[in-house]
Amino acid sequence: MNPFSSGTRLRDMIRAIRACKTAAEERAVVRKECAAIRAAISENDQDYRHRNLAKLMFIHMLGYPTHFGQMECLKLIASPGFPEKRIGYLGLMLLLDERQEVLMLVTNSIKQDLSHTNQYIVGLALCALGNICSAEMARDLAPEVERLLQFRDPNIRKKAALCSIRIIKKVPDLAENFINAAASLLKEKHHGVLLTGVQLCTDLCKVSTEALEYFRKKCTDGLVKVLKDVANSPYAPEYDVSGITDPFLHIRLLKLLRVLGQGDADASESMNDILAQVATKTESNKNAGNAILYECVSTIMTIEENGGLRVLAVNILGRFLSSRDNNIRYVALNMLMKAITLDSQAVQRHRATILECVKDSDASIRKRALELVYLLVNESNVKSLTKELIDYLEISDPEFKGDLTAKICSIVEKFSPEKIWYIDQMLKVLPQAGNYVKDEVWHALIACEQETLVRVAVWCIGEYGEMLVGNAGMLNQEDPITVTESDAVDVVETAIRRHSSDLTTRSMCLIALLKLSSRFPSCSQRINDIVVHYKESLVLELQQRAIEFNSIIEKHQNIRSALVERMPVLDEATYSGRRAGSVPAAVSTSQGAPLTLPNGVAKPTSAPLVDLLDLSSDDGPALSSSGGDFLQDLLGVDLSPAATQQGGNQAQKSGTDVLLDLLSIGTPPAQSSPSTADMLSSVQDNQSSVDILDKLGSPSGPPPQASPPVGSSPMMDLLDGFGPVSSAPVAENNGPSYPSLVAFESSSLRVTFNFSKQPGNPLTTLVEAQFVNKSPNAFSNFIFQAAVPKFLQLHLDPASSNTLPASGNGSITQKLRLTKQPAREETPCNAHTDRL
Amino acid sequence: MIRGVIVMNDRGKPRLVKFYEFQPAEKQQELIRSIYRVLCSRAENVSNFVKVDSLFGQDVRLVYKTFATLYFVFIFDSSENELAMLDLMQVFVEALDKVFSNVCELDVVFNFNKVHTILDEFILGGQVLETNSSEVVKTVEEISKMERAANSIKVVPSIPGWQGR
Repeated sequence: MNPFSSGTRLRDMIRAIRACKTAAEERAVVRKECAAIRAAISENDQDYRHRNLAKLMFIHMLGYPTHFGQMECLKLIASPGFPEKRIGYLGLMLLLDERQEVLMLVTNSIKQDLSHTNQYIVGLALCALGNICSAEMARDLAPEVERLLQFRDPNIRKKAALCSIRIIKKVPDLAENFINAAASLLKEKHHGVLLTGVQLCTDLCKVSTEALEYFRKKCTDGLVKVLKDVANSPYAPEYDVSGITDPFLHIRLLKLLRVLGQGDADASESMNDILAQVATKTESNKNAGNAILYECVSTIMTIEENGGLRVLAVNILGRFLSSRDNNIRYVALNMLMKAITLDSQAVQRHRATILECVKDSDASIRKRALELVYLLVNESNVKSLTKELIDYLEISDPEFKGDLTAKICSIVEKFSPEKIWYIDQMLKVLPQAGNYVKDEVWHALIACEQETLVRVAVWCIGEYGEMLVGNAGMLNQEDPITVTESDAVDVVETAIRRHSSDLTTRSMCLIALLKLSSRFPSCSQRINDIVVHYKESLVLELQQRAIEFNSIIEKHQNIRSALVERMPVLDEATYSGRRAGSVPAAVSTSQGAPLTLPNGVAKPTSAPLVDLLDLSSDDGPALSSSGGDFLQDLLGVDLSPAATQQGGNQAQKSGTDVLLDLLSIGTPPAQSSPSTADMLSSVQDNQSSVDILDKLGSPSGPPPQASPPVGSSPMMDLLDGFGPVSSAPVAENNGPSYPSLVAFESSSLRVTFNFSKQPGNPLTTLVEAQFVNKSPNAFSNFIFQAAVPKFLQLHLDPASSNTLPASGNGSITQKLRLTKQPAREETPCNAHTDRL
Repeated sequence: MIRGVIVMNDRGKPRLVKFYEFQPAEKQQELIRSIYRVLCSRAENVSNFVKVDSLFGQDVRLVYKTFATLYFVFIFDSSENELAMLDLMQVFVEALDKVFSNVCELDVVFNFNKVHTILDEFILGGQVLETNSSEVVKTVEEISKMERAANSIKVVPSIPGWQGR
């Protein structure tokens, strides 16, 4: 006899397999065994069939194919001995399934075994049938099973009951046959049979409405009584689980009552008492008690309305929420989600506890709690809830942040009482978890009416487009969001096409598009198309930009990237210092300059003054006079130096326009040359833009050397990247002398300021103002007044005269003394900065 | 209904596998591996319930408990009470304990078909059959007695197969 044949005992094979150190070894052993078994099968070996099948089952559990052993199961089942039958049935259940044709062959054996004298064999047959019978088998063997429902031995009765369940599931038509027998099972005393009987009834009700009706009418009261008996029964050790008698039976009964009570008022009526009793009397300090309570709550929620019971149920759930056991909390949160559709008020009372669960350490509980909170939100509690959620957002895990952000965004969107609040919340969320905020949210944000935010968003996208797409600069724990280039272009396009976008926003969008066209070469064509569309715009501003940008995109690829190069990083300290210093242009649509002249022309003339003064105090004597030249150029509308440059200058000019617009916020470019003046001067004084020029390497004008940074308005800092506004004419770097400045010139009046500083006193600037009357009429009672920002102190000397002769025949001079105060850090402006 | 019962050790090796809804063999192994992955990543103090929609379909959960080096996993759908499943697992393990006297992993390994028999006394066709561990132990002992009797008779092959109570 082959020593490796089925002579190996099961135990030894298992040992051999366990001794294998590698998967390959194990495969080898298994293969050898399988070969031996196959040989034995083909020889029709009787003696070891039993053992071989056991081995096959073990091998099957490890995951190896064992289909060649299926017929062996059948042979074993057909053999007379109990052990063979047992192994045969076991193998049948593990190795075969109902889809196999081979199963039909077993039907006859099973039929015989169902009538066997040995009840354990009957049990085996029922077990196998209950696990894998097919529809045909069910039809064939149903009568046998039905008969067995009344067998003398309770073990067989209960198995028959569960087997019937499978039968009626496979062949629902047979359900009627089982109704009566099932009803009589409900009167059983044996818990096992009762349990399975209840289960059978429950499934009968699910499968057949006739059964449902029958049970509802005839059995509800009986069931209520049974539940009462079980609940009140004295201590029964064999069914006791943690002090409660047969919790499984409790639960099954409650389930059946639920099925019967659903949709039927009478049935629900009759079970109210027992439900109340179970709900109040069951102890909840053990899992078994909680299981019963959970089922009870579930039933109460499903049957017909009873206010008192419902409140009771929700309170039980609330108690569950405070349990220390994670399982109970999880289960309670689940149930509350269902409860909220029925009785939202009651659940609202537990809002605080639910919020606590959002912060739980268990991830499944957190998720559930968050969903529940989402369902709880309504107009009255949205603010407090959102505040809590946002607070938690800061400290939550990265994996959870995504979910949390999405939920917060949708809550805020749906329920925000005012737009302002909506924006506030979003602004709080974005710094925490901006990366998780999905595109739709961005779009929604853009769709809201706050123009400024839109502008900032558009600017950011333009400026940092490639960082967005490349996921640069993200924190380690954050998941990368996939923003494609076209996504970014989409967003800007949305903004530009919106009806409610005003001129400024659209202009900013165009600039952003220009930047993106340089940063995302693949989208260049598409961007060009969008831009071309605006070439026919009826709005001058947009048309001009569109034409210029279009020409850049199409003809001047080589300088495009230099033109729209990213703005260099802002130096925080100087930035906030300047912000403190320069009140005039602020990001919000606040009023313009504080300086007015008595003639009633409001203009931010102080700005250049301020800038130059600021410069003088910060950085000592080196002052670029290019400011003055620049102003003169523009004021005199003499753009010849600019004009001699290539088309690249076009962009610069339009960049100027952009800045103009932005500062004056809506004022068309035609007027207010003073604002041009201040803005340009401030811009060109920014060293960084000069650097840009350096790289431009424009032929006209020498590159500026060490142009000192001048105080620039905050807006200017932001917008520097918009274009190399400081064109070449800026180039000269004059010495420390301060050129005179024509502060105002109109057809009737010219005001010139001459600056000087006292040698030992850098904080003070002396200004000599000279007024010349160009008009044919003399001005009498001419008074010059000046107002300065807080950090300056002004001292006006009396003017030389009050009458200004006509046609430039004379002039009035007046001396002003301006002293710079030490800069103060805390100003409202700073707060503004933080917000954004 | 209960979809399946799996007992595996803490390395992921299956010790008992029973699915109450047919799954082909490869799928079974795949499911076992996926479940093992899920269980490995669970921390110490989290709840014992895990949603496994992705593996088994809608609304299917599993509950697991660790006893010594074994994970006991019951997979069930929404028609079962979760907390009751925990109790059922407890009762099952108690029965194992009584039958094998202080059961350990090796007992399960070498006697897997007996463990199957015990399980079949608790769950039939995905439904809970019995919840009393002593009842089950009684039945299993009867069966073992019968087996022993049958096998001892076998030694004398001339007597035909013994059948009796």
